[in-house]
Amino acid sequence: MSRVLTAPPKAAVPPRDPSEKAVRRRSIKRDGIWPWVFIGPTVFGMGLFYVWPVLQTFYYSFTKWGVFGGSKFIGIENYVRLLSDSEIPQSLLNTALYTAIVLLGIPIAMVLSALMETPGMKLAGFYRTLYFIPYITMPAAVGIVWRLIFNGDFGPINWFLSLFGIQGPYWTSTPGFALVAVALVGLWMSMGFNLIIMGAGMREIPREMYEAAEMDGASRLRQFFSITVPLLTPSIFFVSVLTVIGGFQLFDLLYIMMGKSNLAMPQTQSLVYIFYNQAFLQNDKGYAAAIGILILAVIAILTFIQFRVQKRWVNYV
Amino acid sequence: MTNLNRRTFLSVAALATATATLAACGNNGTPGSGAAAGDYAAPPKDISAELTYAIWGAAQKPFLQESIDEFNKEYPNIKISIDVTPSKGGAYWTKIQTLASSNTLPDVFWMNGPKIKLYAQNDQLLPLDGIVAAKAVDLANYPQGLVDLYTVDGKVYGIPKDYDSSAIFYSKSLVAAAGVPEPTADWTWEDLKKHSVELSKFYEGKGIHGVTADLTGGQTSYYNTILGAGGVVITKDGKKSGYDSPEAIEGVQFWRDLIEAGASPSMQQITETYSADLFRSGKAAITMEASYEAGATFEAMGDDVKVVPLPKGPVSNQSVIHGLANVIPANSKNPDAARAFVAFLAGKKAAELQSASGQVISAFKGTQQAWVDALPGMGAQAFLDAAESASPYPASKNSGAWGKYEQDLLPPAFAGTKPVADSAKELATKMNEALAQEA
Repeated sequence: MSRVLTAPPKAAVPPRDPSEKAVRRRSIKRDGIWPWVFIGPTVFGMGLFYVWPVLQTFYYSFTKWGVFGGSKFIGIENYVRLLSDSEIPQSLLNTALYTAIVLLGIPIAMVLSALMETPGMKLAGFYRTLYFIPYITMPAAVGIVWRLIFNGDFGPINWFLSLFGIQGPYWTSTPGFALVAVALVGLWMSMGFNLIIMGAGMREIPREMYEAAEMDGASRLRQFFSITVPLLTPSIFFVSVLTVIGGFQLFDLLYIMMGKSNLAMPQTQSLVYIFYNQAFLQNDKGYAAAIGILILAVIAILTFIQFRVQKRWVNYV
Repeated sequence: MTNLNRRTFLSVAALATATATLAACGNNGTPGSGAAAGDYAAPPKDISAELTYAIWGAAQKPFLQESIDEFNKEYPNIKISIDVTPSKGGAYWTKIQTLASSNTLPDVFWMNGPKIKLYAQNDQLLPLDGIVAAKAVDLANYPQGLVDLYTVDGKVYGIPKDYDSSAIFYSKSLVAAAGVPEPTADWTWEDLKKHSVELSKFYEGKGIHGVTADLTGGQTSYYNTILGAGGVVITKDGKKSGYDSPEAIEGVQFWRDLIEAGASPSMQQITETYSADLFRSGKAAITMEASYEAGATFEAMGDDVKVVPLPKGPVSNQSVIHGLANVIPANSKNPDAARAFVAFLAGKKAAELQSASGQVISAFKGTQQAWVDALPGMGAQAFLDAAESASPYPASKNSGAWGKYEQDLLPPAFAGTKPVADSAKELATKMNEALAQEA
């Protein structure tokens, strides 16, 4: 999926020799089993580890699932409960807010990337590496460190604020602030990946466009908004789709930064967090499966909408 | 044609593998015949078996290996390998539960209080009464509270391995500098409140508090004060919540009062910084903490830290006792070898090896002196005394279901955003609903 979307626009494909085409068509027939052998392991793996569990989860969502196995079909009871569960709407809102904040990382990544791609920029690779490190670090490790950084009494952030006479809040345990704190870390973590995609997108923009704009007297800022942004829309679209999917799967950061018992939890917990609680703490796996299906549905709908709306604003070169 | 044959072969092979896997999942292993009857006699010395012993404490592996070596002097043909899975983040229990679902539990594994009924009442564990009846293990050797914890519906499912109980820790220097009397074994709740308010006043503006405790869980804090007020978290039969009783509310209110009076850090501070860390870094003069923090605290503070029993509430100064037990799965393939190993681990020799390590307090009476000696001058004997009168860690068949409600509903009570009585009653209602689901 990602490869299809990121595939750079094909640079001038040399015209094909007509005979070559014929050879290709014939070879497809002659390939016989080999294509299947090559994609077989992937299809098998995907089927076994992705598709099959999804189907199973769908089935379990209609059952009362015993702690040690043994399920009882109970129809749509779990879904009825889902509708009346007061925790669900709030956590849906929490998850949406979190995702919205992480999406702010995209404009930031565009600006940073534009600066890094400036011709003659020194140490661009160094900066790129620097920004990429958080992305490849374990979220659990990131969470532990940021939990300390946000600590209300001893954290460097509140120490810094105190220099200006501001008494910082208890970031990770105050309703409202906790969500922002977790989302800021999520944004920070996503930056490296966003930069890589944006950078690649920018390098695909033909230099001549900028040269022409410069001849016409366009300023750097004007160039950014009139050339870079429109031609970067495929990358922006791609990153925002992935960010929304990732945002709705928020769990590990939240779990590590908040701790198990937290005053701010009702205003911070995500859908996946509730799923985890039901499945592994409260041992109600059938209901947890229903929550899992809800998460899947929400992500599917949002992604569908994004693909629909993209036709209006994404410019493919 | 050859291609086709190969494809057929491949798909058949794949299918066969998948079927075998599925079959393994559905296979309900039959319990060992001798074990089913429940009788036990020490197996012949030349019995041969391969056992896996699953634990979550990597730090305990060395002395457990020593125990295995000792055991092998008696039973040279029972090979035992230790399998460590960390408990952090729930990895151990997620794994054990998955193994249980597929009937592939390890031959011997660690069990804890909140989970014992879940496993025992779902027929996942082998009753160990046979070992007791055969006098291979004498339950009188362990604290009664701990034996009760692992006795479910009248049957013994786990033999206690170690335990932890709670007591007061205090910093001699912080208390002395404030001119406040040192805590003693005779302190009441009133003494603790009064003096910790004095301490907080004395250290005002320095970020040092009189008293702290971990309120994100109950073991070292509100579980004990609920007992102290004469209440219970859960009734003895594990069927009803005790949170709506006036006594339990009083036990929870105790902590709200300390926070409100400024004697304790706020709920938020305790959430963001682990109370034992606050105490060790000199940000609190007194704390209530469990024995499992004694070693690390002694290491950090040396002679400055002292331990005395919990303060007396309206009824008692009882502590909850929690400890691990060794258990055997119901469908054990080697019930005799596994029981022989559990019986050995339950014995004096293994307990002594454990105590000498200084890691945990052995459950076996009379073998704990080595642990106390490893913390010279601290007064760690208080933990052993507390264990004698301790009450079992509150648990039911599915403790996790209502444990989550404790974690969600009590913080607002401690923080004062919701009256304690209201929170406690809401908790009791939800907990009773969860308990009703267990039946």
